[in-house]
Formats: sequence, C-alpha cells, structure tokens
Amino acid sequence: MKIHEYQAKEIMASRGIPVPLGRMATTVEDAVAAVRPLIEESGNPVVVLKSQIHSGGRGKGTFKEHPELRGVNVITDGVDGGPEAAEEKVRELAGKMLGSTLVTVQTGPEGKVVNRLYLEQGIDIERELYLAILLDRSVSRNIVMASTEGGMEIEKVAEETPEKILRAEIDPAIDLADFQANALAHGLGIEGDTTSGFVRFVKALDRAATELDTDLIEINPLVITGGGQVMALDGKMGFDDNSLFRHPDIAAMRDETEEDPAELAAKEAGLNYIKLDGTIGCLVNGAGLAMATMDTIKHVGGEPANFLDVGGGADEQQVTTAFQIITKDPSVKGIFVNIFGGIMRCDVIATGIVAAVKSVGLAVPLVVRLEGTNVEEGKRILNDSGLDLVAADSLKDGAEKIVELAR
Amino acid sequence: MSILVGKDTRVLIQGLGKTGQFHTEKAIAYGTQMVGAVHPSRKGSVAHFEGETDPSGVPGRDDTYSVDLPVFATVEDAVAATGANASVVYVPPPFAADAIMEAAAAGLDLVVAITEGVPVADMVKAKRYLADKPTRLIGPNCPGVITPGECKIGIMPGYIHERGRVGVISRSGTLTYEAVYQLTLNGLGQTTAVGIGGDPVNGTNFVDMLRMFEEDPETDGVIMIGEIGGTAEEDAAGFVATSMTKPVAGFIAGTSAPPGKRMGHAGAIVSGGKGTAAAKIEAMTRAGIVMAETPSDMGEAMARALG
Repeated sequence: MKIHEYQAKEIMASRGIPVPLGRMATTVEDAVAAVRPLIEESGNPVVVLKSQIHSGGRGKGTFKEHPELRGVNVITDGVDGGPEAAEEKVRELAGKMLGSTLVTVQTGPEGKVVNRLYLEQGIDIERELYLAILLDRSVSRNIVMASTEGGMEIEKVAEETPEKILRAEIDPAIDLADFQANALAHGLGIEGDTTSGFVRFVKALDRAATELDTDLIEINPLVITGGGQVMALDGKMGFDDNSLFRHPDIAAMRDETEEDPAELAAKEAGLNYIKLDGTIGCLVNGAGLAMATMDTIKHVGGEPANFLDVGGGADEQQVTTAFQIITKDPSVKGIFVNIFGGIMRCDVIATGIVAAVKSVGLAVPLVVRLEGTNVEEGKRILNDSGLDLVAADSLKDGAEKIVELAR
Repeated sequence: MSILVGKDTRVLIQGLGKTGQFHTEKAIAYGTQMVGAVHPSRKGSVAHFEGETDPSGVPGRDDTYSVDLPVFATVEDAVAATGANASVVYVPPPFAADAIMEAAAAGLDLVVAITEGVPVADMVKAKRYLADKPTRLIGPNCPGVITPGECKIGIMPGYIHERGRVGVISRSGTLTYEAVYQLTLNGLGQTTAVGIGGDPVNGTNFVDMLRMFEEDPETDGVIMIGEIGGTAEEDAAGFVATSMTKPVAGFIAGTSAPPGKRMGHAGAIVSGGKGTAAAKIEAMTRAGIVMAETPSDMGEAMARALG
C-alpha cells in the first residue's frame, strides 16, 4: 500500500525525523490560508506547493490542462512582496493544480488527477543525497541504500555509476548498527557535526521501517541544509500489504481516490485484479497461471483485458464477484476462465460461474478450461447448467478459442 | 531416488483449520505418512480421517483408509512421540513464520509452508533464525512438494503426477500443475516437483533445488518455471551455465505484464527496469536452457532439452 508524501512526512515528524514544516490542502482556500502561518512559523518567505499523487517524478511532471505548469512549484513571490504576494501566487497555482491531471514519467500518459496539495516551507539546500530502505531479495533482508546523487533517478545512477551507490545490510536481530550508519555517512562525504545528525536520521528511519512494516522508504532528496541539518525534503513510503492487519492506523491512510474503482472492489472481495487495455477478460486461479494466461492470449493474437487471480481458497461468492467485475468492463469482448485446481476446487469455480451468469447475464462468449481438484464434478455442474459456453482442453486451446470467438 | 521427500518421510501438520484438514485428508488418501498434528490448545485430542484411497498415490494399499492423528501442543512433543521428520504449515499468516521457526527448533529436516500472505518482515526474521539450522524450508505461499507414488506434502492434485525422469521447480503453484500434467501426458513424468513459492522472501531458491536435482541419480533433466520480479531466475541461469550437467528447460510468466504493477504474488513485479521477463528469458537462453514459448509448450520444451 502506498501513501502520500505528506502522510509519510507526518509519520517521520512523529518519530523525530526532521522534515520541513508543511500543511496539506484539498481546496484553494485551505492552501491560501496555510501560507501566512507557514511563513511566520518557518521565518522563510519562500514556500513550495507540491502535488500529492501516488507517483514519483512530480517535480518534472506537467499538467495535461496546463502544459506550462509543473507538479511542484517553488513560490518566491513572498521574498519581495510579503505574505500577500505569496498568497496570491498560491491562489493562482492551486486553482490550476487541483482537479487537473498530472503526467509524470511514472504515471503513464493518462496521468493522475491531483486532489491534494502540500504546502511546505522553503529550505536552504547545501547538498542533495539519496537514501532508501528496502528489501534486498538476494539476501532476504532490508538494506539501506544511499547515494551522493540526490534528486536523480536512482535506477539511472545504479546503471551508469554503480560505484556511487552505498549499501548496508540490516540484520533483523540487531537493526542498523552505529558503525554501519557511520560508514554510510563517511561514504556520503558527511563530516563534522552533521555526522551525528545523519546517524540519528538513518537509524530512526530503520526503526520506522521495522516497526511499520514498510516495503519501501525512499528519501530523494535527503538534504543537508545550509545550517548543517539532515532533513527529508521528499518522502515516499510503501507498506507490506500482508502486514497491514497489525497497523490499522497505516491502513486508515489509504487514499482510495488513487486507486482504480474496479481494482478496489476486487481487493475488498479478496481478489487480485488489475485492469489492462485489451478485450479478453481472464479469470484464473494462481498469479503465475494468470500471468501465463495473459501471455498466451497475447501470443495467439489477442490482448488481455485484465489480470485476475481468484486466489487459493476462493468461495462461490468471490467467483461471482470476479465474474461481475469482468463483465462490467465495457471493453471485454470475450471471457476466458482458466482453472487448474489445487487448493481451489473446480466444483466451487463452476458453481460460482453458474451463479454469476444467472445473476448478471452473459453478453459475450465464454470459454472455460477446468483441470485439477474435483474437475469431474466441476465439469458436470457446468454441463448440467445449460450455460452457453465453450469447453477447452488446454490453456493454449482455450486462448485460441476465445480470441477467435471475440473477433 | 528423488529429492526432499519419499516413502520414509513422516509428516506433521501445523494448522488444523478447514484448508489444513481438507488437504491432510487428500495427503492421507494419496498415501503420505501423516503421523500427527500440532495445535497449541487441542493437546490430547485426535483428528480423525477416513475415506477412499487415491488410486494415483502410493501403490499397494487398501481401497479405503481410516487414520487417527494424535494432536500435540508443540512440535517438539510431536517429534518425540511420532518420529516425524517433516511438517506442513497451514497456520494463518500472522502466526505462520512462528510455526516455521518452531518446526526448525524441533529439528525437523523439512518444513513446507503453504500459507499465503505471510508478512515479509516475519519471513526475514524466520529466515535468519533458520540460517544456522539444518532444517530446509520450502515456501511460504507455495503448493508444496511431491514425489509421485511416495509422498505428497501440500495442495497439489495428486492425479496429474506420474513418476518419471524430470525434476520440476516453480515459483507459481498452478503453473507447476501445468508443467507436471504436460510431463505426465508426454510420458516423461516427474522425480519430484517442488513449488518454491511466490513471495519475495522464501526458504529455498532455484539454485538450491537445481543443485539437489543435479545430484539425484534418478533425475535426468529439470524444468524451472519462473516469473517476473527479482533476479532469482538470472542467478539460477548462472548456476545452470557453470554447474549443471543435466539438461534444463524453462518458462517465464509475465511477458505481457506492465511495469510497476504487482501481479498477484508479492514477488511478481517489474520495477526500475528490473525483473523483466525479457531479461530472464535472455539470461536463461544464454545459459543453454531450452525455453518454452507458451506455458502449453513446457512439456515439449523439456522433451527437446532431453533430446
């Protein structure tokens, strides 16, 4: 699960991790009202207005409706014109940003609508660094990843100058040790009093990662201010979905407007659904088989409309919901049900399909391939139902049949 | 021969919920030696199973079975009383990693964790706990391990298997079944089929399994089924190129998956240009692995690899 930058910064601030002062706003009026207190509290007439969407690259991103406008704007009007001038500029920009669609390298061409803004104090930046805590699958542990190349795309740095990326493996029984944090500071060229600030920062971040079950914390850039303070200028946090049950406060931070409504409905039903661009709806058990089913549809000349894994222990109701989600998608011209039952029983799938077709109807061709646990019972239920469906012998056979029928 | 499990494997079940009971019944029907169950609050009770024997399982048994599994409070007690050397974990996600550690603490040779949705941080800790212990963990979030005709631990349907020449390793449950069934239909059969699981942190990786199959005299060839995300397949390709004498076939799921989207499995995601199907297929092809173009071609690719 992802959260917004302002939420990540709230979490950091509550844990004593230095972040700029800031206020979230969902309306132009709220944004304007935040300017004066922010300037007074920080003592800096410069403020920064940042779009809040669950995507990176906001600073360089532009709006569909306002191609000249960036996703993040530094407002310096207050330097000469006082708070009133800053307020006027915020009013103008917030009016354009809110409700508009921000396109960044990570959103894809369709972009994302900005519903929330974050107004932050300007910061006097001495150096920009990169810091992240994430799982390294090759060692099955979290690592700290740091680089002197702050503000850049870290993938690019890793590719072009891998020597500029520092790593420290975190032993889950010990947490990040002081010597590791010191070594990172040294490697980043941090000196003097700033060293202890960095060590405190990265250790607090490690504790946050452990205690909150994050799957990613990325601070890009981490800045050293003119005054030598270590501060998170940006902050991205993602959480392990499997661990949300023990973090109700984090789960409550979910912004459902950032998610596709169909994907959200699927999630609530305990299904894994991802909307894609094609015309063949897929209902499959198991993530690997679901991907392979999409691959095969594409291989035989079709385009999958979705990824849908009904999971291991789906019941009839979940299968019905899955079917409803697929049939609701207007671009679906045919449905391919591909089940190789292990933990999932074919009779349960069959009963679910029959119930779903009875309740929502079936306007497009349906191809069903069943194999595995209780397959005979499953096939009998489908046969006896009188449903207009085409049976398939194998994955490829089914993919070919549905692509042909959907033409 | 075979790897990991055979007719001498004596299995405990940890987690006697609905799913655990259903698949324990299937395992007993198959002929797996289920010897006891562990439940912290049901000590002294008995879990009763009876039904018809699975004809695709261990040969030479009666048509019906009736088994009483004693329930123990701890794995340690269960091992002492039954001589178990393996366990299967169906414990719910919040407690699964603890169950794995308990099994390792009791000195079992093998723990097969079926549970889906275990917190990643729990697995990071469990894996560290297991590091200096001889216990091998398969999973979590996996279908399990089967040596056809001898022992089935997990949730895979028994009837699709046939004892034969090929070792099967896969990150995905249902794709394992696809591969297995094709190998049964084309007569190659399996020595052992292992689902290593779709989570980012798991007990056993491709390289561990490739090494075991390389050393198993009954296994003539291996098929490995990977998917997008991580670099486990690339590491495995490196091992195949340098250390495998037996032919290897392969398949990678997720060619059509868009980047940045998590494809069901917590581990299946292409991010930052890493973990793409193209990169994996290239590395595997370069290592001499015969790749199946679609999942329906896996059996055929294995046959080609074996020559």
